[in-house]
Order: sequence, then C-alpha cells, then structure tokens
Amino acid sequence: MENKIKLNPSMFEKATLEDRNAEKIKRPSIKYWPDVWRRLKQNKLAMVGLTLIVIMSVMSIVGTHINEFDYKEQNYGLINQPPDSVHWFGTDELGRDLFTRVWLGTRYSLIIGVLAAAIDFVIGVVYGGLSGMASRRVDSIMMRIAEVIYSIPYLLIVILLSVVFSQQGSGTSMFVLILAMTLTDWVPMAILVRGQVLQLKESEYSLASESLGGTRGWILKKHIIPNTLGPILVNVTLTIPRAIFAEATLGFLGLGLQPPSPSLGNLSNDGLAVMPVGIFYQIFIPALFISLIMFSFNVLGDGLRDALDPRLRK
Amino acid sequence: MEKILEVKDLAVSFKTFFGEVEAVRGISFDVHRKETIAIVGESGCGKSVTANSIMQLLPMPPAFFKGGQILFNGEDIVQKSEKEMQHIRGNQIAMVFQDPMTSLNPTMKIGKQIVEGLMKHQKLSQSDARNKAIEMLNLVAVPQPEKRIDQYPHEFSGGMRQRVMIALAMVSNPQLLIADEPTTALDVTVQAQILELMKNIQDKMDMSIILITHDLGIVADMSDKVIVMYAGQIMEQGQTDEIFKSPSHPYTKKLLASVPRLDMNRSESLHSIEGTPPDLYIPPKGCPFYDRCEDAMKICKDYMPDIDNHTNTHYSRCWLNHPMAKSKAEGSEA
Amino acid sequence: MKKYLLKRLAMSIITIWAVITITFFLMHAVPGNPFAKEGKMPKVVYDNLQKKYGLDKPLREQYVIYLKNVLKGDFGDSMKSRVETVNDMIERGFPVSARIGAQALLIAIVFGPALGALAALYQNKFPDYFSMVLAILGISVPSFIMGTIFIQFIAKNVSWIPIGGWGTWRHTLLPSLALAMMPLAHMARLMRSSMLEVLGQDYIKTAQSKGITKSAVILKHAVRNAILPVVSILGTTISNLLVGSFVIEKIFGIPGLGSFFTKSISNRDYTLIMGTTIFYAIILVALLFTVDLAYMFIDPRIKLTQEGR
Repeated sequence: MENKIKLNPSMFEKATLEDRNAEKIKRPSIKYWPDVWRRLKQNKLAMVGLTLIVIMSVMSIVGTHINEFDYKEQNYGLINQPPDSVHWFGTDELGRDLFTRVWLGTRYSLIIGVLAAAIDFVIGVVYGGLSGMASRRVDSIMMRIAEVIYSIPYLLIVILLSVVFSQQGSGTSMFVLILAMTLTDWVPMAILVRGQVLQLKESEYSLASESLGGTRGWILKKHIIPNTLGPILVNVTLTIPRAIFAEATLGFLGLGLQPPSPSLGNLSNDGLAVMPVGIFYQIFIPALFISLIMFSFNVLGDGLRDALDPRLRK
Repeated sequence: MEKILEVKDLAVSFKTFFGEVEAVRGISFDVHRKETIAIVGESGCGKSVTANSIMQLLPMPPAFFKGGQILFNGEDIVQKSEKEMQHIRGNQIAMVFQDPMTSLNPTMKIGKQIVEGLMKHQKLSQSDARNKAIEMLNLVAVPQPEKRIDQYPHEFSGGMRQRVMIALAMVSNPQLLIADEPTTALDVTVQAQILELMKNIQDKMDMSIILITHDLGIVADMSDKVIVMYAGQIMEQGQTDEIFKSPSHPYTKKLLASVPRLDMNRSESLHSIEGTPPDLYIPPKGCPFYDRCEDAMKICKDYMPDIDNHTNTHYSRCWLNHPMAKSKAEGSEA
Repeated sequence: MKKYLLKRLAMSIITIWAVITITFFLMHAVPGNPFAKEGKMPKVVYDNLQKKYGLDKPLREQYVIYLKNVLKGDFGDSMKSRVETVNDMIERGFPVSARIGAQALLIAIVFGPALGALAALYQNKFPDYFSMVLAILGISVPSFIMGTIFIQFIAKNVSWIPIGGWGTWRHTLLPSLALAMMPLAHMARLMRSSMLEVLGQDYIKTAQSKGITKSAVILKHAVRNAILPVVSILGTTISNLLVGSFVIEKIFGIPGLGSFFTKSISNRDYTLIMGTTIFYAIILVALLFTVDLAYMFIDPRIKLTQEGR
C-alpha cells in the first residue's frame, strides 16, 4: 500500500483539533417521542390501522349527514332493498337506510370503546396510584381486591347488569353498557399504574437522600412519563377494541343498545335474522365494519407496542 | 507448537436496514496448542463477532462472510455445512458466554444442560451421562454435585452458574475454548476464582483459550498473546509482556492507562478515552482511531497505516512508527 | 408452594362467593316483579308463587337460604320451566357446551402455538405472513361473524356438514372451529412474539454452541420456554371461550348451557340466570386454579406473580 501513496513530510504534521473534529460523523441524537413516531411510521400495518381509524372517526360524524335519510325513518315501500344508487348500503327490514345506520352504529361503537377506555384509564390511575402510594398493608389488600374483581368473568357481569337495567325497555342505555364494561376491566391498568408509582417512589427516595432539589421534575419527564405512558397507551389502544367487541357481542345477543339506536352489534343481529331468506348484505356490511374497527385498533396497538419497546430500537 | 486455529483476512459484515455494517475488516491471527490469546477492545470493536464467526453462530442473514478463512486443524470452517459444524461445536470448540444469568436455559435441569451436547457427540447412556455431569461439576468445584445436577439455574448464584457454563463447555474435552467476556458480569472476587478455574482446567486438559475481554487487567495473568482490536481491525498484536511493557499503538497505550493499578498515586486520575469508536456503516478511509488520537497526524485521516513488525511476534498499525514521523518528531524536539 | 396453593384456593373461594353475592343482589334489585309478564293472575296464585320461590321472606334470609342451597349444589327451580329444575338444565346443557368448548380449546392449543412458532422461525417469510394474516383475521372477526360465514360458505356447500343443531360429531365441527378461531389467533400471536424473544436469548446460543441438532435447539430449548406465556393466558382463553359459546350456540342452534343462559335472559328467568351465572363462575374459577397449578409444574421458577383472568 505504502508504495502507492506519495508520502511527503507535510503529511506527518500533527493534525489540529479542528481537523479531527471535522471528521466526526455524529449520528443525530434521537428524541424519544419523535423516535417512537418514526418507528411507528415504518410499520405499514399500523399505519393502515391508524388511517382507517381516522377515516372511520370522521365518517362516523359526517357519514350520517351525507344522504337525506334519517336513521329511524321507516319506509315500508322499500324494505330489504339491496345497495343501489339511492340507498348505498341498502335498507333493512323496516326500510331504514343502512348507510346512515351503519355510520351511526360506528359512531356508537367508537364512543363506547373510547369512553370505556377513558373510564378504565381514570379508575386505573386513581386506584393504582392510591394503592402504590398507600402503606404496604393497604397496598396488598387493595391488590387482592383487584385480583378478585379481575377474576370475575367480565362478560357475565356485563350481561347481568344489562339484564338488571334493561327492565323497562328492551335494550340497554349506553351509560349502563359502558359502566358494566369498565366494572372489571380497569384492573390491568391499575396494576400497571401501581407498578410505575412504586418505581417513582423509589427514585424519589434516592433523590431525597442526595437532596438534589429540582431534579424530580427531570426524572418524571425523562424516565417515568416515557416509561409509563408507553404501556398505558398500548393498554388503552387495546381496551378500545375489547369494549367494542363486547358491545357487538351483547348487541348480537339482543342485549345491546336500545333500539332504534343502531349499534354494529344490533345491526349484525338484525342482519342474521334475514340471512336465512338469502339476504347477505345486511349482515355483511356491519360485520365488515366491526372487523375493520377491531383490525385497526389491534394492529395500531401492536405497532405502538413494538415502537415503544426500547429493545427493538435501532 | 502446532497451530490449531488460523484466522486469515477474516471479514464479516451485517446487512441492516440502513446499509452494510463492516463489523470485522480483515483480521488475521493464529492460536497454537495450549496457548491463551486475549482479544481486547471496546464494545462494538468486532471481538464478539470474531468469536461467533469461529463457532459459526452468527445469525445469517443479516451477517455474512465477506472474505477470508478460518482454518481449524487445517480445515476451513467457513466452508463447512451446518451438519459438519454441529460435530465441531461443543465437541472440538466450545464457548463460554458473558452473562451466566441468561446463558443457561431456565427450564432445564443443570445436569441435563451439561451433558446434552456430549450425549449427542459420544452417544452416552443415561447413567454414564449423569456420572459425567457429576464429575464435571466436581471439576469446576460446585459443592454437592449429586444434588446440584437436578436443580434449575435459578437455584444457582451468578458465580456458580458461570462454573456450570464452564463445566458445560469443558465436558467434551474441547481443543479450543472461546470465552466471551466470561467474568464481565461477575463480582470482582468471583472473577478471580473463575479465571483461576479456567487456568487450572486448561493445564489439566491441554486446551487453547481465546479470551475475549475489554478488561486489560485480567489479560496480564491469563494470556500468552494479546490482540488489540479497534473498529473491526487489529491495531496491535504481540506477546503479553511486549504489549504491557512496550505498547506501540496510541490506542493500546490509552487502554493500558485506563487500567487502575496498585502502584498508582492517589492524585493520579484514571484515564478515560474520550469520544466513541467510528460508525461502521461508513468505515473511515484512514485510521479509525484518528478522531480520538491525541497524536493524530494529517496522513492518518485518509490512509490506513501498514503493519509494522517490531519483533517476530509483535506488530502494530500506526503512522507514528513510520520513519518520516519519527524524523519529524525529532526535528520538532530539537 | 403449599402456602401459595392455600392462598390461591382461598382467593378462588372468595371470588366464587363474590360472584354469588353480586348475582343474588343484582337479580333481586331488578325493579318490578318477575311474574309481571305472565299477565294478571289471581292473588292466591301470586302468593303461592312468591312462597314457592321464597320471595315472601326478607331479602337477607333469602340470601342465606340461597347460599346454603348453592353450597349443597342446589340451584333451585326454574321460574319459567315447569318440568326442569335449574340443576336439570345445567346437567343437560353443560356436557354439550363442554364438548364444544373442549374441542375448540384443543384446536386452539394445538394450532395456535404451532403457527406462532412457525411464524417466528420463518420470520418475514411465507409461513410468517400466512400465520399472521390468519391471526389478524382471527382477532378482527368476531365469532358470531365467523360462525355465520362458516354456515354460509361451508355448511351450505358441503353436504355432509350440517348447518346447525346437535347430534353427531359432524354437528360439533363448525361450532368448535368457529369458537376456536379467536383463541387460536391470540395464541399464535403471543407464541410468535414470545418465540422471537426466546430465540434471541443467550441460552439459545449456548444450546447451539453444544452442537446439538437444530430441531433439538428449537424443541427442547426454544419452544419449551416460549410456550410459558401462552400457558399463562389459558385462563383468559377459557373465559373467552365461555362467552364465545353463548354466541356460537345461538348461531348454530345448539342446545347447550349457553343457549339456556341467553334464553333465560330474554325470558327473565331469574333463578336460571342466577344458577347458570354462578355455575359458570365456579367452573371458570376451578379451571383458572388448574391452569395456575399446571403452570407451576411447567415453569420451575414458580414465579406466579401474574394472575390469569
């Protein structure tokens, strides 16, 4: 090699500091959330899910106003019409426009999912936070109680509550549905929050001993929030489809939202009733919507989990 | 002494999402019988990749061999099939890993883990295998081996687990043991015991050891030869005393200065090497240590120095050894 | 270990008691009277009915009596059926539900982890994509939709598979499969990620460094460890199967406990609702306990900090 290079003494002058620094190729230091977002964007499936969720959310608000039909307007002259240019998703056995009803059902499903997740979140944070901050004895009792609640079969309780509160009408109010769903489902969130609070407590002690004032906020910002927010976010994203699925199942069993309010579960139940006569679109369309919602939230939740996992960082 | 392992111009790369990472860039060294050589360097310098290449345990893809040979008893390991390698692994070449807490299977009894490989290689009966496992635990000084072989890893302390790992590696009496940072995860007192144990077993069994470490402190007692790696290349290689007494590469000097010594003044602070090794996505054209070298010269930026032999056994790669650099230095001093 | 078992047993009993109590008071909190739908009836008949179901006594007394009866295994009379007691219906319905449930569980346990393991071993290759598309379908499509699809596209086209009803093993085929899809998908996904994690563990490298065959590394070291989290969600799986069975039995017209339960809800047969709910809870809690017990034997580290659902 040496004989290929033309060596001259000037090459052997000492390199200055600037010379050396100029050569440094520094990888840009990556911030936490932009980095999570970058990795999430690389996950095509998760992005498809996110896009679908955005589209469905928007359509669940505007979709009911796109055509001139009302969700409960019956038209006996036009029952069980297959999809055409007037009724884009067809009509049901009472001649109601399915396009409007399906988007309204989507709206209800999404509201139920999001509210259930929100309530889970609030109860979980309060209970888990209290448990984590309480004395060890109280903490252990609170956790035992949570475990018992959690081992009560979820949908059995939901069904029981629907039975109790749906006496007057033949359906359940959205309030009761959401209440029933959150009754046992907040436990994982509480356990998650408790664990993080315990961690926070420990780091607080170590900080106090070092008496470094003002850095607690820094620890909170740098460590606790990224560490806690990630799993909580994933948990919330996966609670939403669980609640939507529970509502759909209840609707299918005839215990869902009170008619004439359509939910995707009710709509599928209605669709199942006419399937034996050879009408498929009435079950197919709401079924497709339920599946799409479930799909979107699940792949998004997965994607988030992967994006947040520091072990997968590159 | 006969050579049992010859690594010639070995180059290994990884294909990643962002491009090719040249983890090992053309290294050569020999291992003789009963010899211990130490490969020293910071994390990411390619020493573990080298070890795993010899075992053919690199995940391929993303890893691939870019060139070179690994001759074990004269046969090129790189060319061997998976079946042939299975016959060599755990039989003629064995390996001890860094973290004893994670390198044993948590759901398998210790005894079974020790003899699992041997049972395949030597087709032992159950009772023979059991006896062999007890014998091995005895050898590595695990107390109550008869009881211990039926326990699971979580019932062992870290040091004990590393003893088990060594027993597992030694069980088939290999010619070559690769120890990848065998004491890094252990307490200092336990480190010394484990190293002592390895030396004892080496004497008993006539084997060669490749000791991979970032800790020059343990090298002095253990090894005959030292290889200093940086950014996928060998910067300096020599007999252990040559490296310790007359280090020639600035990186080796820095490494030595960062080892705490008893004879050090209290006021003397330990030296750390500032900066980080270069990113091997884009390996530098010149000397990879250029960024961090206090004696760097203009030439170092664009040209990789050649090998300079100081003795038959000692060489380094640094422009400072070039006559022109030496004359320059003398000139400026004068 | 003994201490843990006793603690776990106590927790199970408390859970069952909690379910009995909640169910009892919820059912008695229902406004109006349970016989209202039968139309107007003479006072004597009404009083007799009240007496028959013990509704004339104070609530606390009713609760104690009910608790005692449940302890003896007696769930009382049905409020709607004149011929069968709640116990009779459970005896008739449970074996049917249990068979479908057990078959579904078997399908899920055999194929879920297998697909997940294959997906992990062939990451980003065809088996991976195939398994994961199947798994995503499985978790996205609720079982009632899966069931209707099966009826529509399989039962109606394959002459030897019945559309619904109960009788031969052929009747159990589609319901079991429809019921198995979701747990199968969950297990496959969990197994895949668990397997990928295990394959990156140091002890896999140790196993490889011993020179044992690839299949021994995968089966004895990787799968053996990767299956642990899958076993730990068996409890949740069983719980989901139970709810799924309500739906599946409705679609396929299967005379199982699930369809009795859903019918009892629309009939407002309170004693039957109570009886089946409590029976379900007992079965579930017992199964959860068994799963935990099994987990202890599979994982020598006996951590058992996580509770199944």
